[in-house]
Amino acid sequence: MGWSVKHKLGLVAVAVALIALPFVLAMAGTAWVRITNFAVLFILLSLGLNIVVGFAGLLDLGYVAFFAVGAYVYALLASPHFGLHLPFWVILPIGALVAGLAGAVLGAPTLRLRGDYLAIVTLGFGEIVRIFMNNLSAPLNITNGPKGINLIDPFRIGDFSFATTAGALSGPIKYYYFLLIVLLAVIVINRRLQDSRIGRAWVAIREDEVAAKAAGIDTRNIKLLAFAMGASFGGIAGGMFAAIQGFVSPESFILNESIMILAMVVLGGMGNIWGVIAGALLLSFMPELLRYTVEPAQKALFGRMLVDPEVLRMLIFGFALVLTMRFRPAGLWPETRHRRELDADRK
Amino acid sequence: MTNVLLEARGIGKRFGGVLALKDVSLTIRCGEIYGLIGPNGAGKTTLFNVFTGLYPRDGGEVEFAGKPLQLDSPHRVAAAGIARTFQNIRLFGNMTARENVMVGRHVRTRAGVFGAILRSRAEREEEAAIRRRADELLHYVGIADRADDLARNLAYGDQRRLEIARALATEPQLLALDEPAAGMNATETAALRELIEGLRRDGVTVLLIEHDVKLVMGLCNRVAVLDHGEKIAEDVPEVVRANPKVIEAYLGTSAH
Repeated sequence: MGWSVKHKLGLVAVAVALIALPFVLAMAGTAWVRITNFAVLFILLSLGLNIVVGFAGLLDLGYVAFFAVGAYVYALLASPHFGLHLPFWVILPIGALVAGLAGAVLGAPTLRLRGDYLAIVTLGFGEIVRIFMNNLSAPLNITNGPKGINLIDPFRIGDFSFATTAGALSGPIKYYYFLLIVLLAVIVINRRLQDSRIGRAWVAIREDEVAAKAAGIDTRNIKLLAFAMGASFGGIAGGMFAAIQGFVSPESFILNESIMILAMVVLGGMGNIWGVIAGALLLSFMPELLRYTVEPAQKALFGRMLVDPEVLRMLIFGFALVLTMRFRPAGLWPETRHRRELDADRK
Repeated sequence: MTNVLLEARGIGKRFGGVLALKDVSLTIRCGEIYGLIGPNGAGKTTLFNVFTGLYPRDGGEVEFAGKPLQLDSPHRVAAAGIARTFQNIRLFGNMTARENVMVGRHVRTRAGVFGAILRSRAEREEEAAIRRRADELLHYVGIADRADDLARNLAYGDQRRLEIARALATEPQLLALDEPAAGMNATETAALRELIEGLRRDGVTVLLIEHDVKLVMGLCNRVAVLDHGEKIAEDVPEVVRANPKVIEAYLGTSAH
């Protein structure tokens, strides 16, 4: 496809903005760079879940389990816990692979399930993984139980560490650039998958599984592939999460996180990569914005805190979801196929 | 001397206590249009679903193109060369017409995840070929101008055509059409008839379930009649039409 000059200029502008962004944010405080990094992690998770839920139409309520698997794989292979300190470029692919396998393990017994039933099983799976992490500390201490694993290695390439500040480049800014590169790669992978033989098969299964079978699609393998692909993205995000945090514990991987990731996918627009990204950005920045605005606003108005921002967050969050479902059931930025259809109606 | 394409022997199927198919045997020859008729509930669609692997059978064998047909999964049946359409049209509604047909190419193509991610040369070439073939088939069934429309926005008759195009995309030796004329007006039926005759000319064998007896009698080389899960007749249309058992099945015993 041809790129017009306007497109090229736009692309350059976006690239410059993304490169300059952490320095602008750092002026408001390094905390904002960290917040942005976590937002990017959530975009990665949402894009992974989008393969399962958005493309293949399989409702997964336990997606955070794969995030957990990736995080623990990294933590176990790069911390004093086992005394292993493998480099991150070795661990991240391992984490993706292990999480992908976990995805297939979840997928295999659920092949005949759809909708609500699938949701229940995946929800259970997510909890099982978390409970395992919580209890695999005896008799053999693998996960260190609820205390979690500490002192996880940051990313390191030779002497270059992502955790230390070097001149204007603080740790979070280095991670920001790394995350940005991974994100770009994941977006490219997602887009290519979407327009491929496999991507069409996923959507066909979502649209009508019986017809997909009759049209010659081996729905079993293709569904397993969706679970595994989605899970492996979760695994990569988990590995980066562990390195950035330096600490993992089971309480980071509760059901709420799965629901949050799913909400990002649904709010943004299932199946549309850009919609999912928008949904993830919106839902990861909103609580932070609230935290920084609600408190001072209340103090200025009433002299003290009346409503905890955390409470308000859930209230606004719930309300926003209800409004979205009522007025934009396909999401804020629906899949192009849906939009194309809306355009056709307007003619 | 015509070759046998599909030979079914003693197919049985029961749902709980209901015997839906009772020892049904039939032979479809290469290049013919084989009609399957019968009153409502006679077991026509059930037989279809057994042939295409959607229902497990309770006995009987099917031989297809000289080989025993594995009936355990629909995609394998499609790979073996039997494609079908559905009585109540089943398209991928939120995909475009072209994409629907492209899905049909799945079973004849190979590209996997890594090919797609890396956009290898082989993958791009295959993808272009899939697209070309899909456009040819849309043209063949006469809806090339609707290629970019969502399947669910197509007119009823066009949806039927699209389903046939998707089935043809799997390169079937046998195309099984389940009541393709259902709900069509006279003009649409006439156009459909032309399409099916065109298929026969192009060497596709067709198995046709149809309620429209006139269409079946005019179109088919041979016709089988099912009643209460049993085959009561199988012959050329003229003979079947005169068969007293068939008349009885359709009109009831008290007819005179």
